[in-house]
Amino acid sequence: MNDKISKTEGHHNEPTKPALTPLGTPPEAPALPRGDEVIHTGPEFAVGEGDVHSAEAGEIVAGSSLWKDAWRRLLKNKLAVFGMIVVILLVVASLIGPAIIKRATGYSYDLIPRENALNKSFPPFRGADGSFSWIHPMGTDNAGRDILARVLSGGQISLMVALISTFVSLLIGISYGATAGYLGGRIDDLMMRVVDVLYSLPYIIIVIVLLAMLPAKTPTGQLAELFIALGAVSWLTMARIVRGQVLSLKNQEFVLAARATGVTTPKIIFRHLVPNTLGPVIVYTTLTVPTVMLSEAFLSFLGLGVRPPRVSWGSLAAEGAQNLAIYPWQLIFPGVTMALMLFCLNFLGDGLRDALDPQMRRE
Amino acid sequence: MLRFIIRRIIVIIPMLFIILSLTWGLIRLAPGNFYTGEKKLAPAVEANLRAKYGLDKAWYVQYGRVLWNMARFDFGTSLKYEGQSVNQILWRAFPVSAALGFSAYLIALVVGITTGTLAALRQNSWIDYASMALAMIGISIPNFVLGPLLILFFGLTLFWLPPALWDGFPSKSLVLPAITLSAIYIAYIARLTRSGMLEVMRSDYIRTARAKGLTEGRVVTRHALRGGLLPVVSFSGPALAFLITGTVVVERVFAIPGLGNYFINACFNRDEPLIIGIVAFIAVAVLGFNLLVDIAYGFMDPRIRY
Repeated sequence: MNDKISKTEGHHNEPTKPALTPLGTPPEAPALPRGDEVIHTGPEFAVGEGDVHSAEAGEIVAGSSLWKDAWRRLLKNKLAVFGMIVVILLVVASLIGPAIIKRATGYSYDLIPRENALNKSFPPFRGADGSFSWIHPMGTDNAGRDILARVLSGGQISLMVALISTFVSLLIGISYGATAGYLGGRIDDLMMRVVDVLYSLPYIIIVIVLLAMLPAKTPTGQLAELFIALGAVSWLTMARIVRGQVLSLKNQEFVLAARATGVTTPKIIFRHLVPNTLGPVIVYTTLTVPTVMLSEAFLSFLGLGVRPPRVSWGSLAAEGAQNLAIYPWQLIFPGVTMALMLFCLNFLGDGLRDALDPQMRRE
Repeated sequence: MLRFIIRRIIVIIPMLFIILSLTWGLIRLAPGNFYTGEKKLAPAVEANLRAKYGLDKAWYVQYGRVLWNMARFDFGTSLKYEGQSVNQILWRAFPVSAALGFSAYLIALVVGITTGTLAALRQNSWIDYASMALAMIGISIPNFVLGPLLILFFGLTLFWLPPALWDGFPSKSLVLPAITLSAIYIAYIARLTRSGMLEVMRSDYIRTARAKGLTEGRVVTRHALRGGLLPVVSFSGPALAFLITGTVVVERVFAIPGLGNYFINACFNRDEPLIIGIVAFIAVAVLGFNLLVDIAYGFMDPRIRY
């Protein structure tokens, strides 16, 4: 299985050779994989050297074994497993934490206590009278809001922005890269030249102008603007990766077979080619999530991203940085939580790359 | 080579055009303008001011003026900082940002290449693991968290360095911002150097150099580094784009009067000439730097031909 995978990986950017089989080879035609069938196969299917029958017969078994293989390799990587556990814990805590805190203490991320005495920043684990208390494990902010609740709610927003923006970048990157790779020739040249040009643009400057000039009316609108802005600038690498994969796949026999049976070009691209690029795409996606998360925090830190009353890790860090000298915990907790999340996502991404893509493994 | 450079410069011109048009279009599309602030001006005063800055003309006249300004690299007068031309502000703020960015990148090169090389030469030793773990931390800590933490520790607890101040190029006030800005580059460069060196150290020409009887130190410094650093050189192009994002944050954290700080303020103030001036300046800098990196690449790797 392993050497089979490496075969496709090796072809990344090489010009593809013309297919050897002449166009309508009759005996194979009836056994051709239909679009719906191909979609269930893993990346290994494309690698099977032409024997459609055996590939079809062993489809399910082979498919699960590749992912099982990768899973086994991933579990061997201690750092990646650690990263995965922490990421899962943080995600779960962000999802259910705020509700639990609300039940236990009555605080939520935007609840400002009515009593005047509580309306100031407490250090971690301190109650109103300065004695030890469990009520605010991360302390409170200037308005007396519970920082733990804010960090967890901020996590929800940060995660949501990161995931949806990554999804937007996936959509654009995969369609663009697969189209360019499959069509090839002049169109490919032109499309990839556009990507090269966009690569060297200082796009973050334009994103800043965009967000500063067109602040949305509602917090939800602001979030939508962030998704689009961040997704639209982070698809370039994805497009390159998918194109490279498609180039190495498009002259294989299953594509030829699909073409021979008259499958339309868009269908070939999206139902036959794209599912086969899944491995590298998954790897790059896990590495995109932390990058996008960081960009969101950067914009929120500048006051251009998530706006009050919503909070994200970036806007919490911005608030905390202002009261740094007197209330350092206001910065430290959101900052460290975010750094931990990024740290673990990066390790998980590296681990996934090593597991799914042994050729790309760092020495 | 010369043809390559000329071709690249020809590509830069339409790109500048696109960037400027986008920026200008965004400013124009947005509701409101510089004068819709909290302080209401008398209608007559506003009309006069608009006439003075040419804001009363038709949109195509104004757009044409933006392009003409770009061609002459003269962006007119700032709306917010009265009586100061955008160029004055640019030439005052740019050296500040450049000093910061340059020191940060220098620190990153020295520290990153050293740790990366050490890690590669002692692959799978504790030095290797420790430096790669540190690199991962460097990539994961956002600079707007690192900066304030450094201020808290060195500025407000130990009182070794000023928490926020700008004193000119070689000064104590530069240390913390430069370190904050360099952290992520140290990490990237260390990782790139390590993988580059690992690959090179296994190649045939290194075996030849060793077989000639060169000392290990000479093999590494004279032969391996030249090839092993190629990824670092090509990283330097995109690094400049990163550096701009970095300086925007670091300049705000440390209250440094550089381009990034002016840029954010100009965006919030809707100071149109200043926004366009800074965007154009940054775009020219990034595109020009990318070109320089490509040229440098050709000198470092004799196999590359344009």
